[in-house]
Amino acid sequence: MASTVHRAVTGPLRVAEWHLVVYRRFWRMNVMSSFLQPMLYLLGLGVGVGSLVDANTASGDTLGGLSYVAYVAPGLLVTTAMALCAGESMWPILGGLKWQRGYHGIATTPLTATDIVIGHGLWMAVRGGTAAAAVSAALALFSDTRSWGLIPAVFVAALVGVAFAMPIMAFSINTEMDGSFAALQRFFIIPLFLFGGAFYPLTQLPTVAQWLAKIPPLWHGVVVARSFTTGDVDWLGTLGHLAYVSVWIVVGTVVAVRRLRRKLYP
Amino acid sequence: MTAPLLDTQRLVKRFGDFTAVNGIDVQVQPGEAFGFLGPNGAGKSSTMRMIACVSAPTEGSLHMFGLDAATHGAEIRARIGVVPQLDTLDTELSVQENLWLYGRFFDLPRAESKRRAKELLEFAQLSERADSIVDHLSGGMKRRLSIARSLINEPELLLLDEPTTGLDPQARHVLWDRLYRLKQQGVTLVLTTHYMDEAEQLCDRLVVMDQGRIVAEGSPRSLIEQYATREVLELRFAAGTNDQQASILAGIGQRQEVLPDRVLVYADDGEGALVQAHDRGARPESALVRRASLEDVFLLLTGRSLVD
Repeated sequence: MASTVHRAVTGPLRVAEWHLVVYRRFWRMNVMSSFLQPMLYLLGLGVGVGSLVDANTASGDTLGGLSYVAYVAPGLLVTTAMALCAGESMWPILGGLKWQRGYHGIATTPLTATDIVIGHGLWMAVRGGTAAAAVSAALALFSDTRSWGLIPAVFVAALVGVAFAMPIMAFSINTEMDGSFAALQRFFIIPLFLFGGAFYPLTQLPTVAQWLAKIPPLWHGVVVARSFTTGDVDWLGTLGHLAYVSVWIVVGTVVAVRRLRRKLYP
Repeated sequence: MTAPLLDTQRLVKRFGDFTAVNGIDVQVQPGEAFGFLGPNGAGKSSTMRMIACVSAPTEGSLHMFGLDAATHGAEIRARIGVVPQLDTLDTELSVQENLWLYGRFFDLPRAESKRRAKELLEFAQLSERADSIVDHLSGGMKRRLSIARSLINEPELLLLDEPTTGLDPQARHVLWDRLYRLKQQGVTLVLTTHYMDEAEQLCDRLVVMDQGRIVAEGSPRSLIEQYATREVLELRFAAGTNDQQASILAGIGQRQEVLPDRVLVYADDGEGALVQAHDRGARPESALVRRASLEDVFLLLTGRSLVD
């Protein structure tokens, strides 16, 4: 019994450690881009779009009395984690199965498909969290966006990252050609980025589009993160949103484990 | 007699309608070097994957170390080493990192894993390349690294699926030498190959598989004695005349085999057979008498051509 518990904990940790050692070879490149890219967005949207929006007297009400930069900041935080975790759950998964075949190497050790999937999830939490932390470091430089709420918002962003990572991992495991990843990026991740409630309130969209935008975990995470950075937290609502995000994680994990087991142990 | 380390009873593997392994019985004793021989598609790799506990038997039973593979997969995997047909190395990591990281999957403490990695580098003659990125290694070095990695958990049984396919002769000899050392240390080896010389070099005992079944079993020597004659006369004729020439040779020796490039005459006295052939008017472009080898057994049992 004790060894079962021990294994259930250490298995995923060993897989996450493996990802970490591989990542050590690339982190410099990655950290730069995960810090610089949101900085560019922040400057472009905040200074460019923001000055237009803030000059429009009516928009203050729509944004709940916030400056545009303050409104957009948590959206940037969460979408950064989303985009990173989504991408890291596409090509690298196929690499583990088909190119370098690292997952097949793990399959002949005592570790299991469950360890690989949960280990990937842990690693995505770390990656999504550090990327969001880099964004919040950039946000803390500006008085409009500086807030203690950035700290819990980083955790929310990490959770949303994992909520994207797990279902996409499940998708990637059964993917034969990496061409479908480009389609997934183009028709799912980028539309979410644009229409997912990160850059303007969903109320600006037609009703049907609003409902569609609320299905993926992104909007729920952005709402919670925004409530933290603006200090206007509805705790019950927060709980509901986070529970919904967690459902995506659980379902994605279960499907990914089942599919990976079938691939690795035919 | 000790209990077999590996014991299969009527082992079957099906993929949909296709039967890859069709009821095989194999027992391997501790310390033995055991080989699966056969042409491509004979079911060797499917068998190996079941033994490695990464593929569940469709029917029959598979026991290792007395444990049922169907229910104790992870436990068994902790005690074996696997060298797969295709390398699964982390190509962007260093040689050293590949080794100690793999040890972590067996729950080795980091210090212990690094200590063993150092020893195995020595064993695999890769110490000087410890910090090289795997991508930059030669094929033979990668293969040696794969073997070293499979030893990180000090396995009681090492599985090797076509360990030297694609390597040059020097690299193969280095690898055979390392495997021989392991055998001397008491590690049980189970391997697949379609190289006859490899099987003769390494295996105490082997089975020949064809179309999912075992068609022969024994030591290399006993198989040769059982299925081939003492000597073989190899005759090369002008291109395209093999069939016609073979009819002249009918009745010489015990048996004949017409291959695309030559005619083989199985006889206990090869020189005598050559004299008879000359007497009948056969004029080969070249003739060679040699001892029978495992390849002759293989040709007899699995059809003329090495399907490849």
